[in-house]
Amino acid sequence: MQTPLHNQHLELKAQLTDFAGWQMPLKYGSETTEHCTVRSDVGLFDLSHMGEIYVSGSQAVDFLNYALISDISKVNIGKAKYTMICNANGGVIDDLVVYRIAESEFLVVANAANTTVVNNELKYRATDFDVNVIDRSLDTGLIALQGPQAKTHVAKFIPVEILDKLKNYSCVQIELVGIPVLLARTGYTGEDGFEIFTSVDKVAEIWKVFIKEHIAPIGLAARDTLRLEAGMPLYGHELNLEITPIHAGLSRVVAFDKSDFVGKSALTELSKKIDRKLIGIELETRRIARAGFSLVVSNGTVVGQVTSGAFSPSLGKSIAMAYLDANVDIGTSKISVDIRGNIEPAKVVSLPFYRREA
Amino acid sequence: MSVPENLSYTAEHEWLDSTSGTANVGITLYAADALGDVVFVKLPDVGSTITAGQVCGELESTKSLSDLYAPVTGKVIEANQLAVDNPALINQDPYGAGWLFKVEISSVGDLLTAQQYQAQIS
Repeated sequence: MQTPLHNQHLELKAQLTDFAGWQMPLKYGSETTEHCTVRSDVGLFDLSHMGEIYVSGSQAVDFLNYALISDISKVNIGKAKYTMICNANGGVIDDLVVYRIAESEFLVVANAANTTVVNNELKYRATDFDVNVIDRSLDTGLIALQGPQAKTHVAKFIPVEILDKLKNYSCVQIELVGIPVLLARTGYTGEDGFEIFTSVDKVAEIWKVFIKEHIAPIGLAARDTLRLEAGMPLYGHELNLEITPIHAGLSRVVAFDKSDFVGKSALTELSKKIDRKLIGIELETRRIARAGFSLVVSNGTVVGQVTSGAFSPSLGKSIAMAYLDANVDIGTSKISVDIRGNIEPAKVVSLPFYRREA
Repeated sequence: MSVPENLSYTAEHEWLDSTSGTANVGITLYAADALGDVVFVKLPDVGSTITAGQVCGELESTKSLSDLYAPVTGKVIEANQLAVDNPALINQDPYGAGWLFKVEISSVGDLLTAQQYQAQIS
């Protein structure tokens, strides 16, 4: 499938790649330069492949509290929350951002590869609730402006008083160059920034406004290294149906005190005996520890597996996230990564690898 | 994409600049673009002998790992440490500052002319 910005990507000479059935821009030039542009200035992303599922109705809060793992009743109107939908075993079906648009109206944003599964699962779980679940992904365009200068550029089109009030993980329905949008202070880069949801036939107009402002377009390659540095999980790498939020170090996302929700008993049990945990590592080599490579200790025993790895442009080092067996003492064990037979020493570091200055 | 006329090439996208028995070796702009940003380079050790057509090093980019093939047989007499420390040079200037190593030629392998290489990548 092609996003509504496909022609823009061709004009900008993007290298395209298949991602979850979508032809997406991998990069427009150097992916390292694109990464650094977002860290130091601002960049523009096409995220129209993402899934937008609307949930509305008198029991919308109760329904989402049952279907998702976080306490949605605590999300005020105009606020957003990072959460997940799990199966009965606690395995992650997808990680989501939920925006509360009105008292009884929510936007659930799912990963492109999981949109259909999430939509079907929500509909299934909605049977006994007075709610409507509608997948509007194909009617919705989404772009993001990310970087320390994002606000400066958005302020050219939206009154700055509104942006000052729009704190991190907030959203507002507003017009941008005369086009109705949902403007959210969210992102997936570790920088300040905005995500702009609008109709599929208007998104190119908004994209062109920012391109005219000389904001650099950024592809998926840089999006991946940006989120990795920010320690953010990627579905299919750090998260999948066999992994629970507990394993992923995201227990804080689970509202254990909620009355009942899908996965509650399994997650409650699991939180008592955890067999592996997500860690960050920095390597001495510049070689990349790619997904699937083994973590080993000095006697050669395999003690874990890399889920994502890249050469970090911001740190100038090879970094990775990995699952490590919980019985390994990271204080005393020397951990290495087996990179195609080269045993490369690694240092366990706390996540995120990169944190923006406040 | 234009290919410098004065160089020889391999089918595996290395270039060779040979004068009076020694040669500088690097990878072509076409290869550098296809690889994406190079982040790690392993070059043959200085003093070692490489064999034409055989793997003599590796290049790792953000996207993938690629082998480096020896375009000639001979002794490696110099490695470009600047490219090892800053592999971005290979993307920025593959025919210049991003050269990889210098070799004393004992015999030449199957090399392509600029025209032949140009035809291969067109």
